Amino acid sequence: MEEIVRVDNLSFCYPDGQQALTDISLKIHQGETVALIGPNGAGKSTLLLHLNGILRSNGLVKVFGRPVDDKNLRWLRSKVGLVFQNPDDQLFSPTVFDDVAFGPINMGYAEVEVWQCVTRALDWVGMTGYEPRSPHHLSVGEKKRIAIATVLAMTPEILVIDEPTANLDPGSKWSLIELLRRLSITKVIATHDLELVRALCQRIIVFDKGRVITDGTTNHILADKPLLVAHGLARAEVA
Amino acid sequence: MKHSFLDQYSDLDSFIHRLDPRTKFIITLVFILAVISTPPTRWQVFALHLFLIATLLLLSKLPVFYVLKRSLVIMPFVVMITIFIPFIKEGEVAGSYNIWLWQVSVTYSGLQVLWNVLIKAWLSILSLIWLTSTTKLTNLLHGLERLGMPKVMVMILSFMYRYIFVVVDEVMRMRQARDSRHFGGKRLWQLQTIGNMIGTLFIRSYERGERVYAAMLARGFDGHSRTLDRLNFRQADAYFGISFSLVLILTSVVNLLY
Repeated sequence: MEEIVRVDNLSFCYPDGQQALTDISLKIHQGETVALIGPNGAGKSTLLLHLNGILRSNGLVKVFGRPVDDKNLRWLRSKVGLVFQNPDDQLFSPTVFDDVAFGPINMGYAEVEVWQCVTRALDWVGMTGYEPRSPHHLSVGEKKRIAIATVLAMTPEILVIDEPTANLDPGSKWSLIELLRRLSITKVIATHDLELVRALCQRIIVFDKGRVITDGTTNHILADKPLLVAHGLARAEVA
Repeated sequence: MKHSFLDQYSDLDSFIHRLDPRTKFIITLVFILAVISTPPTRWQVFALHLFLIATLLLLSKLPVFYVLKRSLVIMPFVVMITIFIPFIKEGEVAGSYNIWLWQVSVTYSGLQVLWNVLIKAWLSILSLIWLTSTTKLTNLLHGLERLGMPKVMVMILSFMYRYIFVVVDEVMRMRQARDSRHFGGKRLWQLQTIGNMIGTLFIRSYERGERVYAAMLARGFDGHSRTLDRLNFRQADAYFGISFSLVLILTSVVNLLY
């Protein structure tokens, strides 16, 4: 399998001095669906922000062999689609159309292409006809789908999603999982929802305190109860 | 939590709703200019203006009661500012009253100023209600952009429209959280709590701003706001704009004839 994302010895410290990532190395291959799991504050979101250059630090992040730097930024952001955890942050435009069109317009597409991208992206997430709606009047599940559409509209090669199922009721959660399963691009999903991981991902990277703890297949890691308990991902057995 | 739309009734369908937002914006601007430049003694002209705006409102199929109710919302503020003018302004006395120890007198010229401010404010607010109830705010912003309003201003307004209710929701949740743990206490203590809440709200909004900016960057934003031109100025707009302006000019001419 072709290696499309490579992170070498990445460390990151927030301006307030908090060490968020320490010596992270990992690879993502074409067509994979990888779960980044770990407890709250493990550094999952910080890592995701590095994948399309919102945050940058020492260490090397390479996407399709190209380093993340100013020169590649525009190209990088059309390749790596980042969906944020809170759809109210992701959807900042007055209407759904404006929001989904935001990426394609910034990519410099012509008007006809922008329309096509928006229509196609909304169709993918099953939200056709929502163009004129205001994000404020949508349900959380609908907002999540639109948030994914805003990124899909840029036809990325890698979809990076932060906590896709947070705040969703089980019904909306499973329909979202189904939606993600149908998208056949490379996916990196940060979550601590193990049901989602089991349903979608072949590979798991376990994170804790800004470090990679382990990296392995889903079956292998989800069967390792002591590991999950040690990193806040399963209930400790009461003796 | 659900809130009413800022631009309620803007999704109705009527001839007026279908006009280009730019046409409607300019008509509103011209109308307000015509109203405020009319001398206060020309009540006939005001009657004409009222007739015109009433016609526009009726053409838009807006509920009459809704328009009247909304137009009165602004009135307390106007009245608060102007109510003392008749008592202060000097001139021919219209009436004198004894209130407890003071003798106060109302003058004709003062009453005229009061009437002038009230009628102009009311007519102007009616035209603004007409504009905002027949035009989706997003379209209005597009229109303003096409009319040359700086893009930064347009962006600020569109963020405001998007986030005002998100912030209102946040305030309501904070208030519920406070009230559910509220055991009374001294007034000073309560004020301190409110101060803390305002501070928290400020920091949360600031952090949200950072996250929104990151979301914009992630989709290729590079500091330049780009939008599609989705408006089209049709023949109907031209006819309507021209005829309305002619009628307004006519009222000014009538005004000169006196």
